[in-house]
Amino acid sequence: MSAADSGRFSRRFAALKAAGRGGLITFITAGDPDYESSKQIVFGLPEAGADVIELGMPFSDPMADGPSVQAASLRALAAGMKLARVLEMVREFRARDDDTPIVLMGYYNPIYSYGVDRFLAEARESGVDGLIVVDLPPEEDQELCLPALKAGLNFIRLATPTTDDQRLPTVLSNTSGFVYYVSVMGITGTKSATEGAVKAAVERLRRHTDLPIGVGFGIKTPENVRAVASVANAAVVGSAIIDRIAGGLDGNGRPKPDLAAGVLGYVRELAAGVRGSGGK
Amino acid sequence: MKQQINTYRAGPDEQGHFGIFGGRFVAETLMPLILEVEKAWDAARDDPTFAQELEYYFKHYVGRPSPLYFANRLTEHFGGAKVYFKRDELNHTGAHKINNCVGQILLARRMGKTRIIAETGAGQHGVATATVCALFDLPCTIYMGSKDIARQAPNVFRMKLLGAEVKPVTSGSNSLKDAMNEALRDWVANVEDTFYIIGTVAGPHPYPAMVRDFQSVIGRETREQMMEAEGRLPDSLVACIGGGSNAMGLFHPFLDEADIKIIGVEAAGLGVDTDKHAASLTGGRPGVLHGNRTYLLQDDDGQILEAHSISAGLDYPGIGPEHSWLYETGRVEYVSATDKEALEAFQLCSRMEGIIPALEPSHALAHVSKIAGGLPKDHILCMNMCGRGDKDIFTVAEALGVKI
Ligand SMILES: Cc1ncc(COP(=O)(O)O)c(C=O)c1O
Repeated sequence: MSAADSGRFSRRFAALKAAGRGGLITFITAGDPDYESSKQIVFGLPEAGADVIELGMPFSDPMADGPSVQAASLRALAAGMKLARVLEMVREFRARDDDTPIVLMGYYNPIYSYGVDRFLAEARESGVDGLIVVDLPPEEDQELCLPALKAGLNFIRLATPTTDDQRLPTVLSNTSGFVYYVSVMGITGTKSATEGAVKAAVERLRRHTDLPIGVGFGIKTPENVRAVASVANAAVVGSAIIDRIAGGLDGNGRPKPDLAAGVLGYVRELAAGVRGSGGK
Repeated sequence: MKQQINTYRAGPDEQGHFGIFGGRFVAETLMPLILEVEKAWDAARDDPTFAQELEYYFKHYVGRPSPLYFANRLTEHFGGAKVYFKRDELNHTGAHKINNCVGQILLARRMGKTRIIAETGAGQHGVATATVCALFDLPCTIYMGSKDIARQAPNVFRMKLLGAEVKPVTSGSNSLKDAMNEALRDWVANVEDTFYIIGTVAGPHPYPAMVRDFQSVIGRETREQMMEAEGRLPDSLVACIGGGSNAMGLFHPFLDEADIKIIGVEAAGLGVDTDKHAASLTGGRPGVLHGNRTYLLQDDDGQILEAHSISAGLDYPGIGPEHSWLYETGRVEYVSATDKEALEAFQLCSRMEGIIPALEPSHALAHVSKIAGGLPKDHILCMNMCGRGDKDIFTVAEALGVKI
């Protein structure tokens, strides 16, 4: 028997539809540059205009990520971030916000090391809604995806330009919450796809699924956000926000006093992009 | 903990698992390509033309078969078992790595790939990859940790002479695991034209099995040569383990001979009771990295730890998944040798046999030196001399306090 999911994704995407706009999904690494600063940013995200929050679970070897996210991971680890504390941050957030969906994103080993069942139970209890685990393709569904669905967590799969029509049904089969379309072949924070390519990809995905579609990788500016959110259900921005965090550190890597304000100000600019998106 | 298993040579299963180890833990962008590699490898494996091609290059380019050599003076020195070396250090480019590179580049060509990437630690795999890329006129990018670039300077220059681009990796711990991360990042961005030649029996399925199969020529030749030399099979086999490809190559054809004792030697660095070693089986626990589940050096939170070994080729916090399985089933015994013991074996072998071994097989020899004396004189022990030490003379000189 599967537990019911939290329903936060379906409520949030329905609300976006009703508002006639696409959504903004923001990605930062939990604990970057340290627990307190990161928490301050996360707490401020909904008010700044993030519709869904993706929180990175730091990992020593993020092999699908570019330099920005790698550095964020290492900063968080150096500041003592642990998987248990990522869950703690979500718990603290949930005490003040019961609506904004939270996705944890990362790599499998820290979860495997923590213990899959223990992790899933604690994640659900802390108020996590979904998981994105980069190194778990459908071929490894029995590891975490199926147990996660059973535990009432959404498992959000990545579809990529290399996922052809023949493979898409496999990728979509146990996906829930939304589908994350990785718009370029490559790592985070490097290349960007053209508007036309994103539009064509979203149309292709829509032929296979009714789930909301979030598009990410290489989205950096309010203009990018507006363009993507007008064809997809949401635009995901990660490295560009993380670069604002990196830019808010002093010469010793310590946060300057206005770090959170600066990052949230930038998120506000991105959010203004979706407010004019028309959306799906 | 030894289990009764009918055969140890049937793995992996269709999903690439050896027991619970192995698998395909990669990003979706890579997955279609991994499946394509698997399909191509399945077809090539059964194709006599592929076998002929491989055989041709093994013989005329690599210089196979490599000799099986009776190490007379060391045998006398240890005073027990008859010690043989399987001399893969005599291969073209000086190590076993070329066996696998020839195989994989022939496969890459069959698949129509036009660009090659690889990771390297000691530089031996990088040199072997650059070599076959020169041979087949394919552009080649080698990722190498900046720490390894500093300690393996001769190999860096060799790669460049061979026309490869060597990209220094400065992320993470600047060594082999980070080079592998960076190669995977390159691959994700260039899946369409690029083939990734992984240098050891690790990575996502089918790499661990495929690399093992290419390296198994070592064990097959050893069987034949030992029959010729001694009229029987050896009593024990010893090989060093970084990712474990030279060891799998020697071991695999013998796994079902229950009477043959098989020993893998990991790098103990400054000691397995310190935090400066590379002994994943002795000091690690199962985890998931670089596409497979295997024993890994990691902290309590599942963060991968930096490995340490004087030998760049063994300086990796993981091990091939098949070894993890052979360890848990008890078929293979895994031990370790320290930096210091390897350095002693390096010098001993140079003086007594006129063979300057690489630091990697010096670890295997260090273990042989511990056990040979206690074994009977009719015990036949075969060690894989999987690489020569020219690349290591600067590291060794420094460790011995000699200026050259
Ligand atoms: C001579 C030599 N031996 C052994 C190794 C370790 O690799 P493996 O354990 O895959 O044989 C290397 C790696 O660079 C090497 O150069």
